[in-house]
Amino acid sequence: MTAYTATVTVRLKRGVLDPEAETTQRALERLGFELSDLRSADVFEVDLDADDADGAAARAEEMAERLLANPTIHDYDVAVEEA
Amino acid sequence: MTVAVVQFGGSNCDRDTVQALRHLGVDAHLVWHEDGLPADTAGVVLPGGFSYGDYLRAGAMAAQSPIMDEVRAAADEGTPVLGICNGAQIGCESSLTPGAFTTNESARFQCERVHVRVENADTPWTRAYEEGEVLELPIAHGDGRYEIADDRLELLEDEDRVLFRYCDAEGTVTDDANPNGSKHNVAGVTGDQSHVAVLMPHPERVTLPDLGITDGQGVLRGFLA
Repeated sequence: MTAYTATVTVRLKRGVLDPEAETTQRALERLGFELSDLRSADVFEVDLDADDADGAAARAEEMAERLLANPTIHDYDVAVEEA
Repeated sequence: MTVAVVQFGGSNCDRDTVQALRHLGVDAHLVWHEDGLPADTAGVVLPGGFSYGDYLRAGAMAAQSPIMDEVRAAADEGTPVLGICNGAQIGCESSLTPGAFTTNESARFQCERVHVRVENADTPWTRAYEEGEVLELPIAHGDGRYEIADDRLELLEDEDRVLFRYCDAEGTVTDDANPNGSKHNVAGVTGDQSHVAVLMPHPERVTLPDLGITDGQGVLRGFLA
């Protein structure tokens, strides 16, 4: 078994309104920053032991499917590296 | 007919719901989620509140409680299940009902009275009303915007599974009357079968005559066979 860190990034699907991101963008603009868009995402770092990177990724993907993301509104991706 | 009003950590409309149901003559009891559903459960309410502090997403944590397996099994056997506000979020997170309730378009918590139009009067939760009837109900939520893929929403509408839509006082469904940016002004939907339903407004807060209007009574009367 090897120790891995799986990074699960959960984003709203394209086209799903993100009122918090819009509010944050307006606040940045009020501070004088110029930007054309802003999106928010949740990042989960999961430490786990697995036989190999594929096994670690498969488990993290199941975590995303079953809890970390809501498939109705979210897309997600998983990146794995040795801890 | 014993209705279980399921308490999760952070539920806060549980006792109001019991009181409102009892006023209508429904035998209702609080059930702590870890205790499981009592054997004589003939109906289930997932009440409003902020279960588990809305961690991760509103309703996501409560949806993982083992009692939800029992609620799903009971629903499959025909037991009526109603999710109100946070209970609606839990219902969608646990796949009892389709779609998701997420951040209001305003990005603010909104506590106000709204109007909803009865879209389908042929369900236990709406049979006390006429189709097209306009009700005045309170909302109190930060995450009430109904989201679902366009093709799935079309399917829901074709199957007549939208219970209520936000509307103006005359019953016209408009963007201005949509308090939270819900797709097609949807305020409540049913599951695969009409005895399972969720809605964001609070019928239990407009049931006791002492509180003024009683437009919510008809929803809770869904538990009276």
